[in-house]
Amino acid sequence: MELIKSGTKIPFTKYRKSAAILSALVNVVVLAFLFIKGPSLGVDFAGGTIVQLKFNQKTTIADIRAALESVQLGGSVIQDFGHEGLNEYLVRVEKVSVEVSAIGEQIKIALAKKFGADRFEIRRIEFVGPKIGEDLRWRGTLSVIASTIMMGVYIWIRFASAFGARFGLNFGVGAVVALVHDVLVTIGALMLANYEFDLTVVAALLTIIGFSVNDTVVICDRIRENLRKAKRETLENIINTSINETLSRTILTTGTALLVLLALYILGGAVIRPFAFALLVGFISGVYSTIFIASPVILLWGERLRR
Amino acid sequence: MRQSVLTRVIIFGIASFAAVIYLVPTFVRPLPDWWTSFLPAEKIHLGLDLQGGSHLVLEVKVDKAVESNIERVRGDLTNVLREKGVVGASVERVEGSVIQVKVPSAGVERVRGILKGDFGNLAEAKTPQSSPAGMDFFMTLSKEELRSVRDYAIDQSLETIRNRVDQFGVSEPIIQRQGLTNILIQLPGIQDPQRAKDIIGKTALLEFKLVDDAANLEEAVKSGPPPGREVLYGHGGRGEGAGTERQPYVLESRALMTGEYIQDARVRPSEQLSGPSVELILNNAGGRLFEQITSANVKRRLAIVLDNRVYSAPVIQERIGGGRASITGNFDIKEARDLSIVLRAGALPAPVEIAEERTVGPSLGQDSINQGLTSFIVGATFVVLFMIAYYKGAGLVAVVALLFNVFYMIALLAGLQAVLTLPGIAGIVLTVGMAVDANVLINERIREELRGGRAVRSAIEAGYKNALPAILDSNITTFLSGVILFQFGTGPIKGFAVTLCIGILTTVMTAVYLSRVYYDYRIGARKLERISI
Repeated sequence: MELIKSGTKIPFTKYRKSAAILSALVNVVVLAFLFIKGPSLGVDFAGGTIVQLKFNQKTTIADIRAALESVQLGGSVIQDFGHEGLNEYLVRVEKVSVEVSAIGEQIKIALAKKFGADRFEIRRIEFVGPKIGEDLRWRGTLSVIASTIMMGVYIWIRFASAFGARFGLNFGVGAVVALVHDVLVTIGALMLANYEFDLTVVAALLTIIGFSVNDTVVICDRIRENLRKAKRETLENIINTSINETLSRTILTTGTALLVLLALYILGGAVIRPFAFALLVGFISGVYSTIFIASPVILLWGERLRR
Repeated sequence: MRQSVLTRVIIFGIASFAAVIYLVPTFVRPLPDWWTSFLPAEKIHLGLDLQGGSHLVLEVKVDKAVESNIERVRGDLTNVLREKGVVGASVERVEGSVIQVKVPSAGVERVRGILKGDFGNLAEAKTPQSSPAGMDFFMTLSKEELRSVRDYAIDQSLETIRNRVDQFGVSEPIIQRQGLTNILIQLPGIQDPQRAKDIIGKTALLEFKLVDDAANLEEAVKSGPPPGREVLYGHGGRGEGAGTERQPYVLESRALMTGEYIQDARVRPSEQLSGPSVELILNNAGGRLFEQITSANVKRRLAIVLDNRVYSAPVIQERIGGGRASITGNFDIKEARDLSIVLRAGALPAPVEIAEERTVGPSLGQDSINQGLTSFIVGATFVVLFMIAYYKGAGLVAVVALLFNVFYMIALLAGLQAVLTLPGIAGIVLTVGMAVDANVLINERIREELRGGRAVRSAIEAGYKNALPAILDSNITTFLSGVILFQFGTGPIKGFAVTLCIGILTTVMTAVYLSRVYYDYRIGARKLERISI
């Protein structure tokens, strides 16, 4: 079986202007939302408490709210967790008058009073204090930035030996720009889909960074090889040939990764779902950004630096 | 060529044998005795999110320990100044941890000498200021002293919490220092997290203080207690809300004795008139001290104060010898038992606060395992079918390599004693999806070389050789982000980083080297003229 016929010659770099405009636009919009509205933060980052409840019979959010009235949880949010019909709910409490460490117990007592102690189960309690939340937020941001830069440096060093430091840097910069794009697109999609940002999202972003750079590495590697083979060819042609030659690999690899991610997204449960979602978006974006962003960046100053 | 195939088969054989050995404890139970005596017996460790349990991070309020230390130094300084006959000096604590010493002009030089000679653990908080009456010194703990007080507070807290958890009875708890002031506690499989938190988090500072019956209680409550006295409230008992009235007491601030003399604490069951009580058995020094206190204060009321709550305030009828005291109060048998645990384990040197808690019930953990397994099976099946459909024979080779990959990966998890978490399972699933990348790179390359007109044998060789740099690069970059993730992440996320990194090692090992063994064997065995790819 062959997805991409050999000898396919799609002039990818032709579309680089429209791609640049489109991507820049998307990124600016995401950045604007990120700074104006801000992402909705999960307890990991915002601090607070979540309690996951499972009832063994049909219960409505209104019932739970009424039962919890006596505990005075202030700005609490109650929502379905997982599929509807599972009777699982998530109670999120921001700040409370009662001692924070005892919220789970308070909720348990209040619910037992209304529904009976054997009707429900507290499946999970997560509490993160404001200090730790802030610390995690900071470290999460830092680790995403650090690994993006690290990927750029790795690629720079890797290709500096073949192309010299200055042309090699071009590859590093191309990779970093593409990664920033992927991270922003993923963040945008998460905000659009109304997922909360927590530790698993950071894990997803770091994985996207590590995976998405693979495509860049593979294409750059091919460019290196083709540059050696055809010294007279223009850089643009070489880049296009390289993208085309590796295209079926790019699609296959991302395809199999997407297959397992789809399985995780659908079957992995509610805790893993945001993570799988982020990876799905990020991996797709990674293919796009390698072809339409990283490669044009290499081309940007490439012809001049090449020799 | 033939020779090296054999060598490699042997190497992979040994690796697979070792992997089986490491996996047996996880999948075979019970293990025979001869096995456990010299082979690994550890199962794969499941994270708290999979097996259920509590993860707690406590912040030790070291500043409180510093404050109470400063308070003690203040007392010492007052005494020393009095003993050495410095007249008219006053010692007060200001701004948390600074002591202000006001000295009339006559005593300034002597005080300076005393501070330098007898209180080497103090340093000047700021330069002394001359006042109309004489001189004001501002002292605080020196840097070294401060550090040692803080360290002591954390170490002592760790020790005490460890004792309490031991007595509480949790199998394989983890209790360790985290960062500067935090303590990480992991309690796997715990049934009643609230009770654990109550026991671990209680300061359990036990004090014996005299009740000042002469004082006007109402006035003390309304407008503050007279100097040297304090108002504390009675212990309301479990389940009572903050709204219920609690009995106030006016006590002498000075504690006659604290819980440090306790040797043992036992629950005494209910008697006819009163509920259960906790009997304290004091050590020798404590017994003598208690005898002294009780004989000196017969007919007065002695309040037993735990964490600033008065549990009871019985009248001392007579001198009490024998080193036994008992705490009665408004509690049930369960609370009495918890109380005896904390009293036996000793007080925390500083209050602690829960900074992070993640508790997962056992049923959720099992659900997560099931969901993880389902998505693994479904995801892997997709990938297997796809690879075989796309590459036929070469796809089958890749699939076999993939199976070995997962097998080695899980064995390494067991061998390294890594913790498997829910995101960790996701990492395994993801590795299955990403691992075939190496085979895709190789196979695409072989196809290209075949199209370029090479013979099968040299196409395979060139395919592996030319694909290798890209495979290594892309795995190294993913590995790097895995390492960063491990540095950053907590519990479950670390589990993901670990499986991601382990998966990369096993991927390179199987997809590149193991699959190659097959082709080399075929090449060596006979002339390979066609290849299914």
